[in-house]
Order: sequence, then structure tokens, then C-alpha cells
Amino acid sequence: MPLLDVTNLCVSFHMRNGVLRAVQDVSFQLEHGETLGIVGESGSGKSVTCYAMMGLLPQPPARIEGGRALYGEVDLLACPRRQLNRIRGRRISMIFQDAMTSLNPFLRIGEQLIEPLMIHEKISRAAATDRALAMLDEAGISEAEHRLKMYPHEFSGGMRQRVMIAMALITKPDLLIADEPTTALDVTVQAQILELIRKMQKELGMAVILVSHDLGIVSGFCNRVMVMYAGRVMESAPTDDLFYDTKHPYTRGLRNSIPALQMKGEELHTIPGQPPDPHHPLPGCPFAPRCGQAVEYCAREEIRLLETAPKHGTACLRVQKEGLPV
Amino acid sequence: MSSSAAFLEVRDLQTYFPVEKGFLFKRRLGEVKAVDGVSLSLRQGEILGLVGESGCGKSTLGRTILQLIRPDAGAVILGGRLLTALRGAALREARSDFQMVFQDPYASLNPRMTVFDALAEAMQAHARVPRRELPGRIDALLERVGLSPRAGRKYPHEFSGGQRQRIAIARALAVAPKLLVADEPVSALDVSIQAQIINLLARLSREMRLTLLFISHDLSVVKHIADRIAVMYLGRIVEIGPAADVIEKPLHPYTKALISAIPIPDPRREARRARILLPGDPPSPLRPPGGCPFHPRCLYAEARCAQVVPALENFGSPLRQASCIRMKEINP
Repeated sequence: MPLLDVTNLCVSFHMRNGVLRAVQDVSFQLEHGETLGIVGESGSGKSVTCYAMMGLLPQPPARIEGGRALYGEVDLLACPRRQLNRIRGRRISMIFQDAMTSLNPFLRIGEQLIEPLMIHEKISRAAATDRALAMLDEAGISEAEHRLKMYPHEFSGGMRQRVMIAMALITKPDLLIADEPTTALDVTVQAQILELIRKMQKELGMAVILVSHDLGIVSGFCNRVMVMYAGRVMESAPTDDLFYDTKHPYTRGLRNSIPALQMKGEELHTIPGQPPDPHHPLPGCPFAPRCGQAVEYCAREEIRLLETAPKHGTACLRVQKEGLPV
Repeated sequence: MSSSAAFLEVRDLQTYFPVEKGFLFKRRLGEVKAVDGVSLSLRQGEILGLVGESGCGKSTLGRTILQLIRPDAGAVILGGRLLTALRGAALREARSDFQMVFQDPYASLNPRMTVFDALAEAMQAHARVPRRELPGRIDALLERVGLSPRAGRKYPHEFSGGQRQRIAIARALAVAPKLLVADEPVSALDVSIQAQIINLLARLSREMRLTLLFISHDLSVVKHIADRIAVMYLGRIVEIGPAADVIEKPLHPYTKALISAIPIPDPRREARRARILLPGDPPSPLRPPGGCPFHPRCLYAEARCAQVVPALENFGSPLRQASCIRMKEINP
């Protein structure tokens, strides 16, 4: 049985100026110890998918329109608040892009680390303090004892993210959801943080969902990658297949427009146009207006993620009907 | 780099910010050396990529070159004119030669002005363009940056991030500048849109012989557009050279680490490559380390690195320079 089984997740936001369909028909499974990358541009629904599973979306305006997210026997989308609270923070942890806003600026790091542990594990303050010290040390924070007495603003960006990771992993969860954990950091610090997550994953044997806009980060980190666009999964495949046997034209466009792979000289490959306006969803494939491969039926027929090769799902109609690319 | 061919020349530029304490009775505690003795020279039409991590002083350098911040010492010479000596009206008049594009196209455009008005205002601020010529010129300008003339009637909020950055570029070009400083112009944009803006800037530089200082924290973005790359660390340039050389054979230990930290969207190459993991964070510019600013994180540092402040030295040819006293040893 998979660790997490999400089927047909649909989330929309009901705003004054209409309904915004943020996530449509998202399904995926995550095995124990596996690393899944969710890649997409801003507004693609990658973060909303994770927030919905963690019960972090304010409802209203958000509304879970349908679907299930089974963690073991429990549907995270439908279970009572108390049950969800026992699972999140303990069995499933989440870290965010901006460590500064997710740490309480008025509380010393120590209090923020120790108290959740006392609540979740029902252990004494002394025992919790020992665990916190060990965890900070594990997360590469030197002089842990002294650091426990410091406030979040006294740490650098990279150090704050280390504290966040220590906090998230102190209960030894089965699943860590990391939402753009390194986007606010410099590249040399980003490399340190990714290395830390990798090390902790190996030690704890946990599964990781890494949400990122950067295909580069995902390529070195994940077993499996899911590419999202306009609230939908466009392609989902084992990492090697996604990069070397790319099926969906959007994935190909995204990969080709990354400057890291290209040298000065020829024009950078681009995806023409802009992402669709989420307030005015288009019929058919949302990528069709920007797609070089689009034909008449792409703008008409509903898309669905179907397996077009073993373990390789693609939502492109032309791939499904005509076996593109040929 | 003969100075006669230089269009923009920066000599030993220093920009310090005072660090003060107290409200009424301010005490000067010290200073942050945001730009600490930078010299550069660019040919006309050349694109220099300036990279470094946050707090290294790259934005301050860009702003100091444009005289948005006045330097504490040093000289900026653009097309033979000493900008650092200009004041008041003379400086204002000279500004049509150099313009800036900022990171955040949401913040740098006036939300209450139509695109047409914003561009018209910029045009008329520096040159007396007759009113009846404005529509034609603005349409041409919009087309130049890849927007339709219809865009002129709209307000900034009606555009996406990438289109707004095009408008910001159009506004900078409205006064026909010769030097453009683009400070993280694509950092706020999605990957698929970044490439569009990079292509646009490269094309404009080529077509208009525009000299471009492209500031970014992202080496992979810079390497595509720049002729040469300069790497900054804690207020100083630690390496400069032709883009392909710096990327393929970096000389300075910091540049080596920076390049090895760029994630490559290619799983097999990612798995094979040796990554240099730097210890620690970039130091606070408030308390810079003595000697080489990079030595506390450097994998090659030895005792003398903490004593000597290294200067930029040639490596092979004067085109390639780096500031590391062990440069020859570590680059056999």
C-alpha cells in the first residue's frame, strides 16, 4: 500500500469576481521513502495541492471540490480536525519557502522546537530539550545549546531554514513536504540545504515531496517528477524518463527554456505567450494556445492524465491519440 | 582592455554606508563597504554579467555607476564624461545616456498611468518630442520590445509579469540611452518567461549597440547573455573574464563553488558531478573577515590568506583575472 494516495483532487477558490479553479483532477501516489518532485510555474497549483492535503487552505475562500488524499486508512481531506492535527506535524511535516514568516519572531528557537515535541510525544521538558539539541546538531547548527536561546531574526536565511528543517523532522515523520525550500536562498546555501534534506531522508527513511519551480533542483533530487500547468498534471514519470523520454510538449518547452543547458550564441528557446488567466479557463487543453504541436481537437477536448508508457503519465491528447513525439 | 576603447570605465569605486546607532544622538559605529574598490571597463555594445550572492554589493555597484548612489571615492566615466563629477542640472541632462531596469516590474511602474503616458513622460523628460510625433514613436517603441501598440492604452495591472518587464524596458529605452543597467531583470519571472526577456535584452543590445550591465544572482542566466562575467564577493570583484571561460574553467575558489552549486536539469549529469559544498554562510558585510574576504569558507585557504588582501591578477592573458593568492597553484 502506498504511503500517500491522492485521487482526483480538485480545489477552487470562490472569490468575489468568480470561481478560480486552482487544482483540477490531480492524482498521484507516493511510496515509503520515495522522493516526488512537483514542478510548475507560479499559479500552476503545485503549492495549493500540498496545502490542501495539509488542511492549510482557509475555507472559504478555498473549497475542496472533490477527491481523496489517503494517508494509510485516513482521508486527509475529510478526517476530523483532531485526527488531522495528530497526523500533521508528527507523521507529515511541512517546510516553507520563507523560514522567517513561518517561525514565530517573538519566541526563542528553543521554545518553538521543544513545545511541539512535548505536545506530540507527551515527554518531559528535559527529554524534549535533549532531543532538540541533538536535532539542531544533526541539522548542522553548531553551538546548539546557545542557539536555543536565540530569536529567529538572529539567524541568517540558511540557518533559519536549517532550524525549520530541524523543527519539521524532530518527530521523525514518514513524509516531509518541502514547498520551495531553497528559493529564497543563495545557490551555495541552497546546495547545503538540499544536501541536508537528502541526508535526513536517508537517516529517517522518510518520503519527500519537493515542490519547486526549478527543474534543475528536481532532476538531482527526486525519483519521480510531476509537472503541473494551470492546475493540472501535464506529465508524471520517473525522473530519468521525464528528462530523457519527455512526452508532453509543455515539459519539453520548460526544459528547453532553462538557460543552464544553453550557451551564449543562439537565441534562448522560449515558450511563446503567457499562462492562461485562471479566471477564464479555456475549453480543452490549457496549454494549447502556447503549444507548437496543438491541433484543432486540442482546444476542444477535455484532457486527462493517462499512462502512455509504463509508469509514465501524460495529459497530452496528441501523445495519447497519435503517439507523439514520433 | 585598453582604456581608449572603453565606453564605460569604473575606477576604484568605493561606496560605503555608515552604520549608526541611536535616534537623536547618532553614533557612528562603522561602515559597510558595499562596494570596496571596484574597477571595470566595458566596450560599447558589450554585455557584462555581474553575479554574486545577496549582500555582495552588486546592486549597489549598479546604482553607484548610474549615480543613484554617490560614491565615497573613485570615478565613473561614460563616453568620455566623468559622471562622478556631475551635479544638478548637468547630471540630470546626462541621465538620458544611462537608464536602469529593476527586478520588480510590479513596483517600478506607476499603477495610475497608462503605458502610453508612462512612456510619453519618459520621452519628454529628456528631449523635446513634439506631441504629434509621440504616438508614432511610442508605437515603434512598444513594437521594439515585443508588445502591440494597443498595449499603450492599458494600465500596468492589466499585464502579466513578463509583459510588465517589457514595459519597464521600453520606458528605459524611451530616452535612447547608451548604457542600460538591468538589476535582476528576470528574477521575479517564471522560467518560460525569463527566456523571452533575456532574448529581448540580447537583441536590443545587438540592434542598438546598447552597453548592458546585467546584474543577477543566477550564473546560468548570465552566462547566456553576457560577453564577459564578473563575480563579486563582499564588495569586491573576485573574478572577471570571457563568459565561456569563466563558466568552463573558473579560477577563483568562490566561482568554482558557485558554478558547481547550479542545479542542472539533467539527472544523469547531476548524479555524476562533484559538488563543492561550501561551509557556512556568506559573512556579514558589517564584520568582514580580514585578509581575503572569502577565506573563512574557502576550501583552499591557508594561513596567509587571512593576512593578505588579494588583488585582481592576470591569469594567462589580461582578459582573465581573479583575486586569489593561490590562483597559480590551484589552477595547474
